[in-house]
Amino acid sequence: MARVFMKGTEAVAEAAVRAGCRFFAGYPITPQNEVPEYLSRRLPEVGGVFIQGESEVASVSMVYGAAAAGTRSMTSSSSPGISLKSEGISYCAAARIPMVYANFARGGPGVGSIQPAQQDYLQATKASGNGGFRMPVLAPATVQEAVDLTVKAFDWADRDRTPVLILADGVIGTMMEPVVLPEMKSDEEVAAIKESKRSWACVGHKLDYAHRSWIEPGQWSTAKMQECNEKAAAMYKAWEKEAMVEEYQLEDAEIVLTAYGISGRIAKSAVNLLRAEGVRAGLIRPITVFPFPAAAYDHIDYGKARAVLDVEMSIPALFVEDVQAAVKGRCPIETCLCSGGNIMSREAVLAAAKKIMEG
Amino acid sequence: MEKIYTRTKTIQEDKVSGFCPGCMHSTVIKLIGEVLEEMDLVDKAVCVQGIGCCGLHMDYIAYDDITTPHGRACASATGIKRTNPESLVFTYQGDGDFASIGLAESVSAANRGENITVIFINNGIYGMTGGQLSPTTLIGMKATTAPKGRNAEEHGYPIHMCELLNQLKAPYYLERTSCNTPANVNKTKNAIRKAFQAQMDGKGFTMVEIVTGCPTNWGMDALQSLDFIEQKMLPEYPLGVVRDRSKEEV
Amino acid sequence: MASGKVEIIKERCKSCGYCIKYCPRHVLATGKEVNSKGYEYVYPANPDDCIGCAICGRICPDGAIDVYREK
Repeated sequence: MARVFMKGTEAVAEAAVRAGCRFFAGYPITPQNEVPEYLSRRLPEVGGVFIQGESEVASVSMVYGAAAAGTRSMTSSSSPGISLKSEGISYCAAARIPMVYANFARGGPGVGSIQPAQQDYLQATKASGNGGFRMPVLAPATVQEAVDLTVKAFDWADRDRTPVLILADGVIGTMMEPVVLPEMKSDEEVAAIKESKRSWACVGHKLDYAHRSWIEPGQWSTAKMQECNEKAAAMYKAWEKEAMVEEYQLEDAEIVLTAYGISGRIAKSAVNLLRAEGVRAGLIRPITVFPFPAAAYDHIDYGKARAVLDVEMSIPALFVEDVQAAVKGRCPIETCLCSGGNIMSREAVLAAAKKIMEG
Repeated sequence: MEKIYTRTKTIQEDKVSGFCPGCMHSTVIKLIGEVLEEMDLVDKAVCVQGIGCCGLHMDYIAYDDITTPHGRACASATGIKRTNPESLVFTYQGDGDFASIGLAESVSAANRGENITVIFINNGIYGMTGGQLSPTTLIGMKATTAPKGRNAEEHGYPIHMCELLNQLKAPYYLERTSCNTPANVNKTKNAIRKAFQAQMDGKGFTMVEIVTGCPTNWGMDALQSLDFIEQKMLPEYPLGVVRDRSKEEV
Repeated sequence: MASGKVEIIKERCKSCGYCIKYCPRHVLATGKEVNSKGYEYVYPANPDDCIGCAICGRICPDGAIDVYREK
């Protein structure tokens, strides 16, 4: 396949279309406006529907409806807008509606800053809405990975009837890189995906109570509510074996950098520079931040490693909580942080790593 | 003798609705089912219900049903209808859902001229949560969050959704009915039929606002609530067709 | 002799009284017996007066009344 030069937001949008997404509703917010702008012209070309909702709240409920009616559907936003979507996401999780959404995260809290940040980690991985649900959260470090994970997100969503979050950030969204796009699904394939959901999709059924579509984001019966949550919990547990991670130069590492998304990419670059200077550095970069690839941290040789260095564009550190749980006290954990829309610099990572090695 | 009237098949044989005695939610659900059967639309029907007492019918009906977040029914119905234009998509919402928390979704869907039908149950109070002030609570009417009754200075005036949406260009059909008398029950049924037909003909946004009672939270019995509707509610919410674009088509 | 007949499905009746209020021939009345939900369900107190107009059936919120009429 030919490589094309694309902006992250537009590449994700095009990947979604190629994966069979035929409905998108969204609301303007920086830095992800190119997603709705791109899809407003692209979706009609393939018989899809684009709607600019009156709010994020409405947009996610539109997606909830379209996805509950069987169409591969998506929304996107950035941090404050993602908070507004949490209502609809919780409904999708409860009613087991497959959908995909992307967060091109920016600084926070509050309206924060419009520049890239990773301040939404806990919200994304622990509580993207009320009710204690979980969902796959995929964190790309390159535009290519964002494209590939978008396709994976739709497949995962459909397979398990769950929302899936692409946790990107303003860097991934706004930078341009060469990418190889996935094959375009044919109209027949897209129709077949929709048809496969026909039995439960809310589109009208023959008068038959037992087989009607009943999309239930809640239960009157407490016993049934508990049963739903038990089934969901079993699914979340089963996801553990599907955790994705990049382990780099780990075998002999005396310092292990760990980071996700754009910070992971910067950290990897720092590992290469450290190695060039003779410092035995390694990297663990979770690609799925939920399920969290905790087992990767068992691959660290704790006899050699002096410390794990958590690198993230968030103050306070948030990702570090999952790292702590995975390292289980086997070595010290230091942090290298920035926030406020400031992008992590390789120099800062190098300095933090060297300080540990010298200390 | 020949059986000339019985319950619509869209209501479960073995289920009784969870609505209070005399609650006209039950009446409207029955009428919707009768219209769906008569128009042969049961297998295309999607009920997009809001939150509140309107949810008490979901286990009572036999056609497709989706519960949406509070106030978002018009948005979810938009998503369903746009991707499945052959389905008959109607929202089923109370006044808290449609006229308060969902006002943006309601007005925006109407303004886009979405080809959906809104069945709006207006009883002037929050039913399920126990009788709080709603945007359509009458002046002077007591609510658990307005213990001295609604007063205009503090709470503003009752909102008239038919008239409000009538300010927009796109809506195709807006009618306000009630179910307090046999004649009004018939009119409500006709209005629902007309709205569904317009949707199936691709005409755009239709709404039937149905003025009903809430004996439980109004603090009266069912028969008294009929009088209250007649004497208090209907003067504030006059019945009739507010918008009918089909009249302009001839 | 009645030209119509009503059958009350007693488990569906919630005794709201709408059918009693609107029956033009005063056929219906609230009974003394209760159903499983505790409602004193309606019964045809004057069945001979029924004309099978079905107003009771249509006004009944809960679909608790079946109506028959002479052909």
